[in-house]
Amino acid sequence: MERTKLDLWVGAFVVAGIAAIVVLALKVGNLSTYNVSETYQVSAHFTNVGGLKPTASVRSAGVLVGRVTSITLDATRYEALVTMTIDKRYQFPIDTFANILTSGLLGEQYIGLLPGGEEEMLAAGSEFKKTQSAIVIEELIGKFMFNKASGAE
Amino acid sequence: MPIAKSLRAVGHRAVNVVWRIGFATRFLYLTLTHSGMSFRRFQLVVKELFASGVMSLIIIGVAGLFVGIVLGLQGYETLKRYGSESALGSLVALSLVRELGPVLAALLFASRAGSAMTAEIGLMKATEQIAAMEMMAVSPIARVIAPRFWAGILSMPLLAAIFSAMGVFGGYVVGVVLIGVDEGSFWSQMQATVDFQHDILNGVLKSFVFGVAVTVIALFEGFDAPPTAEGVSGATTRTVVQSSLAILLLDVILTAFMFRGA
Repeated sequence: MERTKLDLWVGAFVVAGIAAIVVLALKVGNLSTYNVSETYQVSAHFTNVGGLKPTASVRSAGVLVGRVTSITLDATRYEALVTMTIDKRYQFPIDTFANILTSGLLGEQYIGLLPGGEEEMLAAGSEFKKTQSAIVIEELIGKFMFNKASGAE
Repeated sequence: MPIAKSLRAVGHRAVNVVWRIGFATRFLYLTLTHSGMSFRRFQLVVKELFASGVMSLIIIGVAGLFVGIVLGLQGYETLKRYGSESALGSLVALSLVRELGPVLAALLFASRAGSAMTAEIGLMKATEQIAAMEMMAVSPIARVIAPRFWAGILSMPLLAAIFSAMGVFGGYVVGVVLIGVDEGSFWSQMQATVDFQHDILNGVLKSFVFGVAVTVIALFEGFDAPPTAEGVSGATTRTVVQSSLAILLLDVILTAFMFRGA
């Protein structure tokens, strides 16, 4: 068996195809931001998650520290139960605030962590006790109109 | 009795369609069970990879580049209205990776490589090369059909990925280099919205399914073609029409499964 010109072309084709997939994964997709390091899981209850979706980012001081893994309804409290994985390198105090924030005016929603001052750190599987729900524009407008109406009297 | 005659014609066509589907299923089964030779003599597959993959590279690359350029221009026009030009990267990448890459690459593959496969096999049959192989106790399914089948399946996802990558590059050239969208937000918005598993792997899966559909249709039409000049030309036309329809129908089904707004 000998190497032929054909093999060169087919090899170039296969290399180009695989290179395209790699470029898509690393440059276009978010594979490079995936956590390869170890993570731990924490959860939080929110009265309203708004438009938060699984795989949404978890940020602290604007830095990506983890991702939302699942959002379910806690049937006993009728609140949303959000579980997320956080990079093991980052530890947060037990009185950390978890807020659902929006990046930009029309951007996607993410969870912002605002660390508290406690000495004790959150363990894997524990929960953020202090949370702030997503801001729902309709509620905001409703409140605003109610205030205006009552203030006019 | 003209009514009875036309009814009979309708029934005959329906039975014929079912018959062909059954034959095609048996054909696919035979192809799969006769694939051993394709892997023992991989050179056969490499030869077909050259014919269907390498020869389609130019049309796929150029078409991807053009589609990306058009997406960049059109997307910018629309996004500008909402002051969110920075989302251009996400728009170009998502539409290419999820939909346009796999579908357009498969449509081009069907007309570029699929039609060639059908015509080649149809002519082999018309010139009795297939029959000659059977005479020599060489299975034409193992020797002719299976290598083309595997080559088609292997090259389709690669071609779709090349199409998407070229398209993203085209969108980048138009959006960032020519129009002047901020380069940082172009790439970062893209990376923030395109998910590897949800978008890229699903796109690759789509193109794989399209590759199977196109290759099976093309090979079967060629194998089933009446051994005449007219028969081969009809089979080639049917390959392009049927595989295009199959691609779009499969795309509806796959998209409904993969992206149901969750």
